[in-house]
Amino acid sequence: MTAESIRPPRTVIGPIAWLRENLFSGPISSIITIVLGALLVWVAIQVGQWALTEARWNVVSNNLRLFLIGQYPADQAWRLWAAMAVLSVLAGASAGVHGLASRMLAVTLSAIQLLLAVLMLFSPIGITAVAAYAFNAAIVWVAMVAGFRGLVPRRPLGWAWIVSLPLTFYLVSGFAGTPLESISSNVWGGLLLTVLLAVVGIVLSFPLGVILALGRRSELPVLRILSTGYIELIRGVPLVTILFMADIILPLFLPGEWRLDRIARAMGGITLFSAAYVAENVRGGLQAIPSGQIEAAHALGLGGVQTNRYIVLPQALRAVIPANVGLFISLLKDTTLVTIIGLLELLGISRAVLAQSDSFGASLEVYVFIAAVFFVLSYAMSQASYRLERALGVGTR
Amino acid sequence: MTEQTSPSPKTTTDDIIIARDVHKWFGELHVLKGINLTVKTGEVVVVFGASGSGKSTFIRTINRLEHHQRGEIIVDGIAMTNDIRNIAAIRSEIGMVFQSFNLFPHLTALENITLAPRKVKKLARSEADAIGMKLLERVGIPEQAHKHPAQLSGGQQQRVAIARALAMNPKIMLFDEPTSALDPEMISEVLDVMQSLARDTGMTMICVTHEMGFARAVANRMVFFDHGEIVEIGTPKEIFEEPKQERTKQFLSQILH
Repeated sequence: MTAESIRPPRTVIGPIAWLRENLFSGPISSIITIVLGALLVWVAIQVGQWALTEARWNVVSNNLRLFLIGQYPADQAWRLWAAMAVLSVLAGASAGVHGLASRMLAVTLSAIQLLLAVLMLFSPIGITAVAAYAFNAAIVWVAMVAGFRGLVPRRPLGWAWIVSLPLTFYLVSGFAGTPLESISSNVWGGLLLTVLLAVVGIVLSFPLGVILALGRRSELPVLRILSTGYIELIRGVPLVTILFMADIILPLFLPGEWRLDRIARAMGGITLFSAAYVAENVRGGLQAIPSGQIEAAHALGLGGVQTNRYIVLPQALRAVIPANVGLFISLLKDTTLVTIIGLLELLGISRAVLAQSDSFGASLEVYVFIAAVFFVLSYAMSQASYRLERALGVGTR
Repeated sequence: MTEQTSPSPKTTTDDIIIARDVHKWFGELHVLKGINLTVKTGEVVVVFGASGSGKSTFIRTINRLEHHQRGEIIVDGIAMTNDIRNIAAIRSEIGMVFQSFNLFPHLTALENITLAPRKVKKLARSEADAIGMKLLERVGIPEQAHKHPAQLSGGQQQRVAIARALAMNPKIMLFDEPTSALDPEMISEVLDVMQSLARDTGMTMICVTHEMGFARAVANRMVFFDHGEIVEIGTPKEIFEEPKQERTKQFLSQILH
C-alpha cells in the first residue's frame, strides 16, 4: 500500500455536452431527436388545449360525491369522515412507533385525503367535507409525532387496530336500531366501494394465500392435494366467472333464509380468486429458501411450525414483495369487474354519471378522471412497495 | 439409571455417542456401510476422508438431519428413533456448525444467536441477549452484534454460527467442514475459536475437517472414512506417523503433499 490513492476521474458533464452525447450524437440520432421532439410538443399542445379549454371538468366536479361515495346518503357522510379519522390516527401512530413501511402507508393516507379535500373545493359537496378531510390529513401527522415521541404504548396500539375493524365497519354500515342507522350496502359505491373491495381483498387473500402455499408444500398428502387442487382450479377460471358464480349461483345453493350481502359476495369472490395467485407467488419464495436454512433451524431445535414462522416465511415473504404488490395492484384494478354484477364502484358509477343528460358527450373527461384516480392509487402502492423493499433490505441481505 | 444393572457403569456413562452398524442409502447408492463409532464425553474426534466418502452424511445422522436406515445411534443415553420427542431431545444436546455457515440472513448476528434460546427455551429477551453478547465476546466479535450476516466476513460469519450453536448449551458440537468455504486468511480465526472450545471447556466435538494442523493439536482420535466405511481410527500420532492401512497412507500423502 505504498501507492497514493487518487480520486476517480470526473464523470459529471455539463448540459450542452449531455445533449450532444445523448441526443445529437450523429445525423440519425439528431433527426430522431427532432422528429420525436416535435411530435411530443404537438401532442402536449393538443392535450393541454383540450384539458384547459374544451374539457368540461364540471361534469366531474359536479358529480364528485357520486364518484367518491356513490349513493351513500349525503347527510350520513360524516360517518365516513369519522371512520377515516380513526384509520388516520392509527396509521399515524403506527408510523411514529414502528417507522419504516408503516410510515409510507400513513403518508399516503394523509396525501390522498389532502388531495380529496382539494378536489372537493371545486365541487358542490361543501366546505364541511373539505375541512373534515383536511383535518384527517393533519391528524395523521399529529399521531405520527406522538408515536415518535413515545407517547403511544405499543401493545394497546395493536389492540386498537383490531378493535378499529368492527368500529369502522359499524361507522360505515351502521346497524338497525342503534344510534347509527343502517345504510344498505346497495347504496355504497364509487371510490368508497373500490377501496373497500381492494382492501378487504388484499387483507384477506394474503393470509389465505400463505396458508395455501404452505399447504401445497405440506408433507400431509390430503392437505397438499386439496391446496394444489384449489390453486389450479381457481387459476383456471376467469375472475368474471367467479364473480358471477358468487353472485348468482352461490345463493341458489344456500338455504333461502341465508341472504349473504351482495358486496360480501363480491368480496368473497375477489378474495378467493386472489388467494390462489398469492399462494403461487409465496410458493416461489418458499422454494428459494436454501435447505441449509431449514437444517440450521432444525439443528438448533426449532420445530416445524417455529422454523416456518421465524426462518422460512420471513425470508420467503420478503422475497416476493414485488410480485405480491404487482398482484395487489392488478387486484385493485380488477375490482372494476364487479360492474358486471351490478355493483357501482368507481367505473360503474361513472357510467351512471355519463347516462345523465347534462353530462352528455363528456365521457373523455370522466374516463380521464377515473384513470387518474386509479393511477394515483396504483402508483402509491408501488412506491410503498419500493420503500418496504428498501426498509427490509430485499436483495441486499 | 444403568449403574445398578450394568456391570461396568463407567464405560456406558462415558460414551456420549454410540453408533452401531449404521447404514444409509441415497436411493440405490449405499453411502454408509455399517459405521461403528463410539465417542466419549469430552473427546475431540476429527473425521477426514475424500469428498463423497460419507463423512458428512455420518455426522448429519447424529442429529437426524439425515436419517439412517439400519443400525442404531444413541446420544447421551437417548436412542434415535422416529419419535419426534426423541429427535427433539437429541437435538437439544447437539450444536452444529455448517460448511456454508447457514446464518439466518434476515436476523442480526445477535438475533441469530438468541432466536433458539428465546423460542425453544422460552428465555426472556434480556436474558437471551446477555447470553448472546457473552458468546459473541467469547468468539471475539462483540462489536458486530447488530450487523446482518451479509455485512460480516466469512470468518466472522462462521464465528457467529459457532456462537449460535453454543447458545443452546449443547453437550456435543458437530462441525461439518467449518473452514472449507473460507478464504485462507480467515481459516485460523475460526480454528482458534474451535481450539479454545476444545481445550478450555472440554466440549465433546466431532469435526469433519482437512485442517491437519488442527487435528494434530487438539484431536484425541482421528477417523478416516473411505467409500462409506471407516477404514482406520487412531490417535493423531498413529495416523500421521504410522498409518496401518494403505488407503489412509495414500490419502494422507495426497493432502499433505
